[in-house]
Amino acid sequence: MNHSQTEIVTDFEVRSLDTMCINESEQQHPWWYNFKYLAVGILFGIVFVKAEIISWFRMQEMFRFQSFHMYGVIGTAVVVAAISIALIKKFKVQTIHGEDIHFTPKKFNKGQIIGGLIFGLGWALTGACPGPIFAQIGMGITVMIVVLLSAIAGTWVYGYFRDRLPH
Amino acid sequence: MKEFLQQPWPWYVAGALIGLIVPILLLLGNKHFGISANLRHACAACFPAGINFFQYNWKKESWNLFFVGGILIGAMIAAFGIPDPNPILVHPELVNELKDYGITDYSSMVPTELVSWDSFFSARGLVMMIGGGFLVGFGSRYAGGCTSGHAIMGLANLQWPSLVATCCFMAGGFLMANLILPFIMKL
Repeated sequence: MNHSQTEIVTDFEVRSLDTMCINESEQQHPWWYNFKYLAVGILFGIVFVKAEIISWFRMQEMFRFQSFHMYGVIGTAVVVAAISIALIKKFKVQTIHGEDIHFTPKKFNKGQIIGGLIFGLGWALTGACPGPIFAQIGMGITVMIVVLLSAIAGTWVYGYFRDRLPH
Repeated sequence: MKEFLQQPWPWYVAGALIGLIVPILLLLGNKHFGISANLRHACAACFPAGINFFQYNWKKESWNLFFVGGILIGAMIAAFGIPDPNPILVHPELVNELKDYGITDYSSMVPTELVSWDSFFSARGLVMMIGGGFLVGFGSRYAGGCTSGHAIMGLANLQWPSLVATCCFMAGGFLMANLILPFIMKL
Protein backbone atom coordinates (compact mmCIF):
# COMPACT_ATOMS: atom_id res chain seq x y z
CA MET A 1 0.00 0.00 0.00
CA ASN A 2 2.70 2.39 1.13
CA HIS A 3 4.85 1.48 -1.83
CA SER A 4 2.11 2.00 -4.39
CA GLN A 5 1.20 5.30 -2.72
CA THR A 6 4.70 6.73 -3.29
CA GLU A 7 4.69 5.39 -6.82
CA ILE A 8 1.48 7.28 -7.63
CA VAL A 9 2.95 10.50 -6.22
CA THR A 10 6.16 10.30 -8.24
CA ASP A 11 4.27 9.35 -11.39
CA PHE A 12 2.05 12.39 -10.90
CA GLU A 13 5.15 14.55 -10.46
CA VAL A 14 6.65 13.38 -13.73
CA ARG A 15 3.31 13.67 -15.54
CA SER A 16 2.78 17.23 -14.32
CA LEU A 17 6.27 18.40 -15.42
CA ASP A 18 6.11 21.15 -18.02
CA THR A 19 2.45 20.66 -18.70
CA MET A 20 -0.74 22.54 -17.92
CA CYS A 21 -3.08 19.68 -18.51
CA ILE A 22 -3.01 16.72 -16.23
CA ASN A 23 -5.51 14.17 -15.15
CA GLU A 24 -6.28 15.27 -11.60
CA SER A 25 -8.78 12.52 -10.95
CA GLU A 26 -7.88 9.84 -8.42
CA GLN A 27 -10.83 7.70 -9.42
CA GLN A 28 -10.56 4.55 -11.50
CA HIS A 29 -13.05 4.10 -14.31
CA PRO A 30 -13.41 1.52 -17.07
CA TRP A 31 -11.67 2.64 -20.28
CA TRP A 32 -14.90 3.22 -22.16
CA TYR A 33 -15.71 6.13 -19.82
CA ASN A 34 -13.23 7.99 -22.03
CA PHE A 35 -15.85 8.14 -24.79
CA LYS A 36 -17.36 11.17 -23.02
CA TYR A 37 -14.14 13.03 -23.83
CA LEU A 38 -14.41 11.84 -27.42
CA ALA A 39 -17.84 13.46 -27.55
CA VAL A 40 -16.49 16.79 -26.22
CA GLY A 41 -13.68 16.54 -28.77
CA ILE A 42 -16.19 16.11 -31.60
CA LEU A 43 -17.91 19.34 -30.56
CA PHE A 44 -14.54 21.09 -30.46
CA GLY A 45 -13.58 19.75 -33.91
CA ILE A 46 -16.82 21.04 -35.44
CA VAL A 47 -16.26 24.51 -33.92
CA PHE A 48 -12.65 24.50 -35.17
CA VAL A 49 -13.76 23.98 -38.76
CA LYS A 50 -16.94 26.08 -38.80
CA ALA A 51 -15.33 29.14 -37.19
CA GLU A 52 -12.25 28.80 -39.46
CA ILE A 53 -9.99 28.70 -36.41
CA ILE A 54 -7.89 26.10 -38.20
CA SER A 55 -7.34 28.31 -41.23
CA TRP A 56 -3.76 29.29 -42.06
CA PHE A 57 -5.16 32.53 -43.52
CA ARG A 58 -6.92 33.50 -40.27
CA MET A 59 -3.63 33.05 -38.36
CA GLN A 60 -1.78 35.27 -40.85
CA GLU A 61 -4.50 37.92 -40.47
CA MET A 62 -4.24 37.73 -36.68
CA PHE A 63 -0.47 38.24 -36.67
CA ARG A 64 -0.83 41.20 -39.06
CA PHE A 65 -3.69 42.84 -37.08
CA GLN A 66 -5.89 42.55 -40.17
CA SER A 67 -8.78 40.79 -38.48
CA PHE A 68 -10.43 40.74 -35.07
CA HIS A 69 -11.77 37.20 -35.55
CA MET A 70 -9.11 35.18 -33.68
CA TYR A 71 -8.77 37.75 -30.89
CA GLY A 72 -12.54 37.59 -30.48
CA VAL A 73 -12.54 33.78 -30.36
CA ILE A 74 -9.70 33.47 -27.83
CA GLY A 75 -10.90 36.45 -25.77
CA THR A 76 -14.47 35.13 -25.48
CA ALA A 77 -13.18 31.66 -24.65
CA VAL A 78 -10.98 33.00 -21.84
CA VAL A 79 -13.81 35.08 -20.35
CA VAL A 80 -16.34 32.21 -20.46
CA ALA A 81 -13.79 29.76 -19.03
CA ALA A 82 -12.69 32.23 -16.31
CA ILE A 83 -16.28 32.81 -15.15
CA SER A 84 -16.89 29.04 -15.12
CA ILE A 85 -13.74 28.36 -13.08
CA ALA A 86 -14.61 31.16 -10.63
CA LEU A 87 -18.09 29.65 -10.15
CA ILE A 88 -16.65 26.14 -9.69
CA LYS A 89 -14.25 27.45 -7.03
CA LYS A 90 -16.83 29.64 -5.26
CA PHE A 91 -19.50 26.95 -5.01
CA LYS A 92 -17.01 24.08 -4.61
CA VAL A 93 -18.73 22.27 -7.47
CA GLN A 94 -17.86 18.57 -7.75
CA THR A 95 -17.45 16.38 -10.81
CA ILE A 96 -20.38 14.25 -11.99
CA HIS A 97 -18.69 11.39 -10.09
CA GLY A 98 -18.71 13.37 -6.83
CA GLU A 99 -15.01 14.23 -6.75
CA ASP A 100 -13.64 17.62 -5.68
CA ILE A 101 -12.25 19.66 -8.56
CA HIS A 102 -8.56 20.48 -8.15
CA PHE A 103 -6.38 23.21 -9.63
CA THR A 104 -2.61 23.20 -9.55
CA PRO A 105 -0.90 26.60 -9.60
CA LYS A 106 1.68 26.95 -12.37
CA LYS A 107 5.25 27.88 -11.47
CA PHE A 108 7.11 30.37 -13.60
CA ASN A 109 10.25 29.25 -15.43
CA LYS A 110 12.29 30.58 -18.35
CA GLY A 111 10.73 27.95 -20.59
CA GLN A 112 7.55 29.99 -20.78
CA ILE A 113 9.57 32.76 -22.43
CA ILE A 114 12.02 30.82 -24.62
CA GLY A 115 9.65 27.98 -25.42
CA GLY A 116 6.80 30.45 -25.88
CA LEU A 117 8.75 32.37 -28.52
CA ILE A 118 9.73 29.13 -30.31
CA PHE A 119 6.11 27.96 -30.26
CA GLY A 120 4.94 31.32 -31.64
CA LEU A 121 7.34 31.04 -34.57
CA GLY A 122 6.00 27.59 -35.39
CA TRP A 123 2.38 28.67 -34.90
CA ALA A 124 2.63 31.47 -37.49
CA LEU A 125 4.64 29.27 -39.88
CA THR A 126 2.33 26.25 -39.98
CA GLY A 127 -0.77 28.31 -39.17
CA ALA A 128 -1.74 25.62 -36.71
CA CYS A 129 -1.28 24.93 -33.04
CA PRO A 130 -1.54 21.30 -31.87
CA GLY A 131 -5.38 21.13 -31.75
CA PRO A 132 -5.97 22.42 -35.29
CA ILE A 133 -3.38 19.96 -36.67
CA PHE A 134 -5.71 17.11 -35.66
CA ALA A 135 -8.71 18.94 -37.11
CA GLN A 136 -6.95 19.56 -40.43
CA ILE A 137 -6.05 15.89 -40.72
CA GLY A 138 -9.70 15.08 -39.98
CA MET A 139 -10.99 17.35 -42.74
CA GLY A 140 -8.81 15.54 -45.23
CA ILE A 141 -5.61 17.62 -45.39
CA THR A 142 -3.57 14.44 -45.03
CA VAL A 143 -0.19 16.15 -45.48
CA MET A 144 -0.70 17.58 -41.96
CA ILE A 145 0.20 14.10 -40.72
CA VAL A 146 3.79 15.09 -41.59
CA VAL A 147 3.44 18.25 -39.46
CA LEU A 148 2.03 16.16 -36.59
CA LEU A 149 4.91 13.66 -36.76
CA SER A 150 7.38 16.53 -36.88
CA ALA A 151 5.72 18.10 -33.82
CA ILE A 152 5.98 14.77 -31.96
CA ALA A 153 9.66 14.66 -32.96
CA GLY A 154 10.10 18.20 -31.61
CA THR A 155 8.54 17.17 -28.31
CA TRP A 156 10.83 14.14 -28.14
CA VAL A 157 13.94 16.25 -28.82
CA TYR A 158 12.83 18.63 -26.06
CA GLY A 159 12.50 15.69 -23.67
CA TYR A 160 15.96 14.45 -24.68
CA PHE A 161 17.68 17.81 -24.06
CA ARG A 162 15.41 18.97 -21.22
CA ASP A 163 18.06 18.71 -18.47
CA ARG A 164 20.52 20.81 -20.47
CA LEU A 165 18.07 23.60 -21.38
CA PRO A 166 17.64 26.73 -19.21
CA HIS A 167 14.48 26.54 -17.10
CA MET B 1 -31.16 25.03 -40.75
CA LYS B 2 -28.42 23.32 -42.72
CA GLU B 3 -27.66 26.50 -44.66
CA PHE B 4 -27.51 28.38 -41.38
CA LEU B 5 -24.93 25.92 -40.06
CA GLN B 6 -22.92 25.88 -43.28
CA GLN B 7 -21.89 29.53 -43.22
CA PRO B 8 -18.81 30.44 -41.15
CA TRP B 9 -19.70 30.76 -37.47
CA PRO B 10 -19.07 34.15 -35.78
CA TRP B 11 -16.28 34.56 -33.23
CA TYR B 12 -18.57 34.98 -30.21
CA VAL B 13 -20.33 31.66 -30.86
CA ALA B 14 -17.04 29.81 -31.36
CA GLY B 15 -15.37 31.55 -28.41
CA ALA B 16 -18.23 30.79 -26.03
CA LEU B 17 -18.36 27.11 -27.08
CA ILE B 18 -14.59 26.71 -26.67
CA GLY B 19 -14.73 28.47 -23.30
CA LEU B 20 -17.41 26.01 -22.15
CA ILE B 21 -15.12 23.06 -22.94
CA VAL B 22 -13.03 24.04 -19.89
CA PRO B 23 -15.77 23.54 -17.25
CA ILE B 24 -17.21 20.55 -19.14
CA LEU B 25 -13.88 18.69 -18.91
CA LEU B 26 -13.55 19.63 -15.24
CA LEU B 27 -17.08 18.48 -14.43
CA LEU B 28 -16.82 15.26 -16.43
CA GLY B 29 -13.78 14.08 -14.50
CA ASN B 30 -11.34 16.72 -13.23
CA LYS B 31 -9.58 16.99 -16.58
CA HIS B 32 -7.61 20.08 -17.52
CA PHE B 33 -7.98 21.44 -21.03
CA GLY B 34 -4.71 21.23 -22.97
CA ILE B 35 -3.86 19.58 -26.24
CA SER B 36 -0.08 19.70 -26.72
CA ALA B 37 0.35 17.21 -23.85
CA ASN B 38 -0.85 14.56 -26.31
CA LEU B 39 2.38 14.95 -28.27
CA ARG B 40 4.23 14.04 -25.09
CA HIS B 41 1.92 11.09 -24.42
CA ALA B 42 2.68 9.87 -27.95
CA CYS B 43 6.40 9.97 -27.12
CA ALA B 44 5.83 8.25 -23.76
CA ALA B 45 3.72 5.55 -25.40
CA CYS B 46 5.81 4.89 -28.52
CA PHE B 47 9.44 5.91 -27.97
CA PRO B 48 10.20 6.65 -24.28
CA ALA B 49 13.87 5.63 -24.93
CA GLY B 50 14.70 5.70 -21.21
CA ILE B 51 14.24 9.50 -21.09
CA ASN B 52 13.06 10.59 -17.64
CA PHE B 53 10.57 13.08 -19.04
CA PHE B 54 8.71 10.26 -20.82
CA GLN B 55 8.71 7.79 -17.89
CA TYR B 56 5.18 8.05 -16.56
CA ASN B 57 1.92 6.20 -16.77
CA TRP B 58 0.61 7.75 -20.01
CA LYS B 59 -2.44 5.46 -19.87
CA LYS B 60 -3.74 7.63 -17.02
CA GLU B 61 -3.84 10.49 -19.55
CA SER B 62 -5.47 8.47 -22.31
CA TRP B 63 -8.66 10.55 -21.89
CA ASN B 64 -6.79 13.30 -23.77
CA LEU B 65 -6.05 10.97 -26.70
CA PHE B 66 -9.79 10.25 -26.91
CA PHE B 67 -10.36 14.02 -26.83
CA VAL B 68 -8.09 14.69 -29.84
CA GLY B 69 -9.58 11.66 -31.59
CA GLY B 70 -12.90 13.47 -31.16
CA ILE B 71 -11.45 16.67 -32.69
CA LEU B 72 -10.44 14.64 -35.75
CA ILE B 73 -13.92 13.11 -36.10
CA GLY B 74 -15.66 16.45 -35.42
CA ALA B 75 -13.62 18.15 -38.14
CA MET B 76 -14.55 15.34 -40.52
CA ILE B 77 -18.26 15.79 -39.71
CA ALA B 78 -18.07 19.57 -40.20
CA ALA B 79 -16.02 19.41 -43.41
CA PHE B 80 -18.11 16.74 -45.13
CA GLY B 81 -21.49 17.12 -43.39
CA ILE B 82 -21.99 20.89 -43.24
CA PRO B 83 -19.33 22.26 -45.62
CA ASP B 84 -19.11 25.94 -46.51
CA PRO B 85 -19.30 26.02 -50.32
CA ASN B 86 -17.71 29.48 -50.58
CA PRO B 87 -13.97 30.22 -50.60
CA ILE B 88 -12.61 31.72 -47.40
CA LEU B 89 -12.88 35.54 -47.21
CA VAL B 90 -9.49 37.05 -46.48
CA HIS B 91 -8.39 40.65 -45.84
CA PRO B 92 -7.50 42.30 -49.21
CA GLU B 93 -4.04 43.37 -48.00
CA LEU B 94 -3.20 39.78 -47.17
CA VAL B 95 -4.53 38.64 -50.54
CA ASN B 96 -2.19 41.15 -52.21
CA GLU B 97 0.80 40.07 -50.16
CA LEU B 98 0.19 36.37 -50.77
CA LYS B 99 -0.27 36.95 -54.52
CA ASP B 100 3.38 38.01 -54.66
CA TYR B 101 4.30 34.61 -53.24
CA GLY B 102 2.16 32.81 -55.81
CA ILE B 103 -0.63 31.95 -53.37
CA THR B 104 -4.04 32.41 -54.97
CA ASP B 105 -6.01 29.31 -53.95
CA TYR B 106 -8.51 30.03 -51.15
CA SER B 107 -10.58 26.87 -51.51
CA SER B 108 -9.01 25.10 -48.51
CA MET B 109 -8.17 25.98 -44.90
CA VAL B 110 -4.50 25.92 -45.88
CA PRO B 111 -2.78 27.44 -48.92
CA THR B 112 -2.52 24.43 -51.21
CA GLU B 113 0.49 25.98 -52.98
CA LEU B 114 2.42 25.61 -49.70
CA VAL B 115 0.83 22.84 -47.68
CA SER B 116 0.19 19.81 -49.86
CA TRP B 117 1.90 16.57 -50.87
CA ASP B 118 2.93 18.29 -54.14
CA SER B 119 4.84 21.03 -52.33
CA PHE B 120 6.33 18.52 -49.92
CA PHE B 121 9.55 18.36 -51.93
CA SER B 122 9.87 22.13 -52.42
CA ALA B 123 12.23 24.02 -50.10
CA ARG B 124 9.56 26.31 -48.66
CA GLY B 125 7.03 23.50 -48.25
CA LEU B 126 9.59 21.46 -46.36
CA VAL B 127 10.58 24.36 -44.10
CA MET B 128 6.93 25.10 -43.35
CA MET B 129 5.75 21.57 -42.66
CA ILE B 130 8.80 19.87 -41.12
CA GLY B 131 10.35 23.02 -39.61
CA GLY B 132 7.07 24.52 -38.44
CA GLY B 133 5.84 21.27 -36.94
CA PHE B 134 9.11 20.79 -35.09
CA LEU B 135 8.98 24.31 -33.60
CA VAL B 136 5.37 23.78 -32.50
CA GLY B 137 6.21 20.49 -30.75
CA PHE B 138 9.49 21.64 -29.20
CA GLY B 139 8.22 25.09 -28.19
CA SER B 140 4.90 24.02 -26.71
CA ARG B 141 6.52 21.46 -24.41
CA TYR B 142 9.35 23.83 -23.47
CA ALA B 143 6.72 26.47 -22.62
CA GLY B 144 4.65 23.89 -20.72
CA GLY B 145 1.57 24.18 -22.91
CA CYS B 146 0.11 25.60 -26.10
CA THR B 147 -2.78 27.88 -26.94
CA SER B 148 -5.30 25.66 -25.15
CA GLY B 149 -3.28 24.98 -21.99
CA HIS B 150 -1.76 28.44 -21.48
CA ALA B 151 -3.79 30.99 -23.46
CA ILE B 152 -7.20 29.56 -22.52
CA MET B 153 -6.95 27.25 -19.47
CA GLY B 154 -4.03 29.10 -17.85
CA LEU B 155 -5.36 32.62 -18.37
CA ALA B 156 -8.86 31.60 -17.27
CA ASN B 157 -7.36 30.18 -14.07
CA LEU B 158 -5.49 33.51 -13.58
CA GLN B 159 -2.02 31.99 -13.77
CA TRP B 160 0.45 34.77 -14.52
CA PRO B 161 3.10 32.40 -15.98
CA SER B 162 0.47 31.56 -18.61
CA LEU B 163 0.13 35.26 -19.42
CA VAL B 164 3.91 35.41 -19.95
CA ALA B 165 3.71 32.35 -22.20
CA THR B 166 0.75 33.75 -24.17
CA CYS B 167 2.56 37.07 -24.76
CA CYS B 168 5.61 35.15 -26.00
CA PHE B 169 3.42 33.01 -28.32
CA MET B 170 2.09 36.22 -29.86
CA ALA B 171 5.55 37.84 -30.04
CA GLY B 172 6.96 34.78 -31.82
CA GLY B 173 3.98 34.81 -34.18
CA PHE B 174 4.39 38.50 -35.07
CA LEU B 175 8.09 37.95 -35.69
CA MET B 176 7.48 34.99 -37.98
CA ALA B 177 4.50 36.38 -39.92
CA ASN B 178 5.96 39.84 -40.56
CA LEU B 179 9.74 39.46 -40.63
CA ILE B 180 10.76 35.84 -41.29
CA LEU B 181 7.93 34.43 -43.42
CA PRO B 182 8.64 36.77 -46.39
CA PHE B 183 12.12 35.20 -46.69
CA ILE B 184 10.81 31.64 -46.37
CA MET B 185 8.23 32.38 -49.08
CA LYS B 186 10.98 33.31 -51.51
CA LEU B 187 12.78 29.95 -51.07
